[in-house]
Amino acid sequence: MKRLESGGSIRRDEELSFWYDGKRYTGFAGDTLASALLGAGVHVLGSSVSLGRPRGIMAARLEEATGFVQLVTPDATEPLVRASAVALYEGLVAESRIVRGYVEEREDSARFDKRYAHCDICVIGAGPAGLMAARVAVAAGARVVVVEADPAPGGALLRDDVTIAGTTGAAWVHSTWEALGSADDCRLLTDATVMTSLDHGGLMVLQRIGRQLAVRERGGLPEMRLWQIRARRTILATGMLERPIVFQDNDRPGIMLASAAREYLARYALAPEAGVVFTSTDDGYRTALAWHRAGARVAAVVDPRHQGGGALRDAVRACGVRCITGVVEGSGADAEGRLATVRVHTARGIETLRADVLAVSGGYEPASLLHTERKGRTRYDAWWAAAVPDVPLPGEGIAGGVRGVASLAACLADGARAAVEALGVLGLAIAPMETPVVDEVSESEPAQLWRVPAPDGDESRSFVDLHRDATVAGVSRAVNAGATHIEHIKRYTLIGTGVEQGRAAKTNSGVLAAVLTGRDVSAVGTSGGRPPVEPMLFAALAGRASRERFVPVRTTGIHPSHEALSAVFEPAGQWLRPSRYPRPGETVAGTVGRECRAVRYSVGLMDASTLGKIDVRGPDATWFLEQLYVNGIGSIPVGKGRYSAMCRMDGSLLDDGLVLRLEENRYFVTASTGHAAAVVDWMEEWLQTEWPERRVWVTPVTEQFATVAIVGPRAREVMTVLAPGIDLSRGAFPFLAIRHGTVAGMEGAMVARVSFSGELAFEVSVPWDRGQTLWAAAMSAGSPWRITPYGLDALQVLRMEKGYIIIGQDTEATTTPYDAGLGWMVSKKKAFVGKRSLARPAMLRPDRAQLVGFVTEDPEVVLPEGAGLVREVHEPPMVIEGHVSSTAYSATLGRSLGLALVRGGRARLGERLFAPVEHGVIPVMLVDPVHVDPEGKKRDGWEDTDR
Amino acid sequence: MLQITCPWCGPRDEPEFHYGGEGMPLPPDSTDAEWAAVLYQRPNPAGRTNERWVHWAGCRQWMHVVRDTLTHDIHEVRPVRQPDDFGSPA
Repeated sequence: MKRLESGGSIRRDEELSFWYDGKRYTGFAGDTLASALLGAGVHVLGSSVSLGRPRGIMAARLEEATGFVQLVTPDATEPLVRASAVALYEGLVAESRIVRGYVEEREDSARFDKRYAHCDICVIGAGPAGLMAARVAVAAGARVVVVEADPAPGGALLRDDVTIAGTTGAAWVHSTWEALGSADDCRLLTDATVMTSLDHGGLMVLQRIGRQLAVRERGGLPEMRLWQIRARRTILATGMLERPIVFQDNDRPGIMLASAAREYLARYALAPEAGVVFTSTDDGYRTALAWHRAGARVAAVVDPRHQGGGALRDAVRACGVRCITGVVEGSGADAEGRLATVRVHTARGIETLRADVLAVSGGYEPASLLHTERKGRTRYDAWWAAAVPDVPLPGEGIAGGVRGVASLAACLADGARAAVEALGVLGLAIAPMETPVVDEVSESEPAQLWRVPAPDGDESRSFVDLHRDATVAGVSRAVNAGATHIEHIKRYTLIGTGVEQGRAAKTNSGVLAAVLTGRDVSAVGTSGGRPPVEPMLFAALAGRASRERFVPVRTTGIHPSHEALSAVFEPAGQWLRPSRYPRPGETVAGTVGRECRAVRYSVGLMDASTLGKIDVRGPDATWFLEQLYVNGIGSIPVGKGRYSAMCRMDGSLLDDGLVLRLEENRYFVTASTGHAAAVVDWMEEWLQTEWPERRVWVTPVTEQFATVAIVGPRAREVMTVLAPGIDLSRGAFPFLAIRHGTVAGMEGAMVARVSFSGELAFEVSVPWDRGQTLWAAAMSAGSPWRITPYGLDALQVLRMEKGYIIIGQDTEATTTPYDAGLGWMVSKKKAFVGKRSLARPAMLRPDRAQLVGFVTEDPEVVLPEGAGLVREVHEPPMVIEGHVSSTAYSATLGRSLGLALVRGGRARLGERLFAPVEHGVIPVMLVDPVHVDPEGKKRDGWEDTDR
Repeated sequence: MLQITCPWCGPRDEPEFHYGGEGMPLPPDSTDAEWAAVLYQRPNPAGRTNERWVHWAGCRQWMHVVRDTLTHDIHEVRPVRQPDDFGSPA
């Protein structure tokens, strides 16, 4: 192919430089990368996936199977970009990667954006039918969005020589587009592909924005924008795709679809040195005519039909172009691999023609993926020999070529019809509008020609799917191997599994399968397509929701104090919480051990603000909590709390926490940090759906209160300094009691005597923004006892030593309160959610996984959490008796220990089990879960600290 | 992506909602087998289904939704709670 001196819609006064595989070329503004490559003489883009055959550009639109590149920008790299989908820009860099792209390790600094749009009617495709539909819809005052995948609107009108409303197709497109653009409520998106159509008028559209601009011109624009459009009605006007004909060596660069050849001429002034057209449709003659009129040499038009071609063939003949009745059965290449000769088989024999371009037309079929991906119905259309969308989906209208409408005049009328129908459903008044008059010739019936048998019988070079290197021979092998269903043949041959989903191969492979299995074409069908329509970057899906914007990071009001103490942080759900507070030179184990010892032997403090807090109040609050918690709630006196747990419907543990009764009808409920939102949802669900008549109000208040836990045998001394007005003595302030008073000068602080370490502990809650004040006061008040901040690492060790479970870590989805050793809290007297399930025989089996403690025989070895436990070690598979759920090194006991869920575990204490891990087999002994202070003596502090 | 018309907030995208499963009456008395079926067996009918959804990222209210599982047509949305069910916690 070569660039003609004139013609096309490219802007020749604006030359653009681009790089392909490190070499610099020039093209023009208005080019796509594909046309620029062809214009620059780059015809071989790369080699095929398994056979290594040279491949080039064979289409100008979605049918493309081989013209893919890796697009490299300063900000990002994008694999498997269709060269004909990229508008050329100054400085474009692309690499030869036609079947396999790559993803770069470096962070993608490109900008991606999202927008949302709502409209009455979304028209998909700005060809004749789509433009007409949009005109009618806009005239009726509808809010309209038109989405066009190509950089320019017009569709087939951009390539075909037609007269419409007395002017050229391109001129009509231009004026129509201008009129739409100036309408009040019409949004026009070009370079925008509807990647998938969703239910209820949802459309996901990817628009290339800044990539076609020079990098320096882009300014603040994103590279791509993902549109989420919600349309009351959609009009599918995506037109048709042309399909090739299969013959031997049909994959050479230079062999392209006839419509594409015409498009490259009309828009980009690219014509062959010597062209041949091989067509089974009248439409193919248009390519010969266009070439001839542009001054290019047309060697011949080859048509299998004796009488076919109609008026278009007559027009081609009148130009003196040779028309041959016959078929193309093979091709020859030059040294580079480009098409050089075409082998034509006629009734008179074999003839070889010299040609650098062979335009092939095997017929058209609807571009209907957006309809079929949602299981939209199709019918087999004998004229097109293809499946054509039939009954529209809810909210969908179908117009023009995608519905199998053939002529231009009919497409325009069909677009108007679809718009009128949509407007009628929407109840919008319709302004009368005439369909423009079109001057066109009628076409005769296409031949049903799919493939030409290889003259030498070697079908291993007759390509059905150029992207996947799948051949006629491959399909035969699949059928011989027993694959008859088209989806099985797809998996066997890989036809249609490429990024372009084998759009150009679909029908041909279906027909071939039908012939080989002796069935009717309509019975075989074609394999289904999937969204997205074209490959797209995950980064485009993510938009700006990446890195720090992916998930919000929540910090407590005390966070700056932790930072000042050089805390190491870890995520806990969305929260960022201190793991530990290392001192210079300290090892991790050293830090954790120091923090644990401080809590066990003196005093520690910890930021417990992330603990879920829920305010439950109302006349029916007690009744309501009774239904959700497994233990008694009404018996909790005002001013006291109770450790409680709740079950799901199936009796499994949902969460545990404290239920503090502040007033007769007001409770302060805590939930695990990670379950806080789920517990609120759970309460709301029951309240709203089962007991809407109950007067209860549930309010999440986690972020309202900063909570600091002061923990350890010296906690009472520290609290005495902080809260001199509160009687903290053992008798006056017993375990699980709540007091309100002044703490660190803050009135109305809440103090609760609860413990997650087994030590004497006071949890103080103040307004969120006073957290740092409280923390600083506690640090200062505790300094005589060397008060030590501790993090989640130490918390884990401390609670594990006491056998305190964390729901979700030490429980599974089926663990009941009985399994977790919480059977003592389950009320026998009342009804609660999960109670019925706990009575099921399966829940009472003695071999259920039950919570136990364990110690390793070697006290220094800490097991990885999740390790399996077996009775006997031998070659896998081994019978798994349970798994380790929590492990730690206890500085208090000077040994490794942990918790585990073991089948029938409670009856197996003292048993020796083995943990086969990566580096060996670790023997463990099952013990009671409570490793430290089993009598609970320390809970109230040391005797001598009691006043 | 469905569009669900919340009785309180109007038409909103599916990601704002959480699915709450099919609405099923809980039998007051049941054999173990019947109860296991309530817990673990989903009818999953093809066609019109009574479902519960919650406008989780919106008004957080639960609603009954009649949805056709074959077409995704939503035939009916009605609130679980009536305005009378709301009151003040005082």
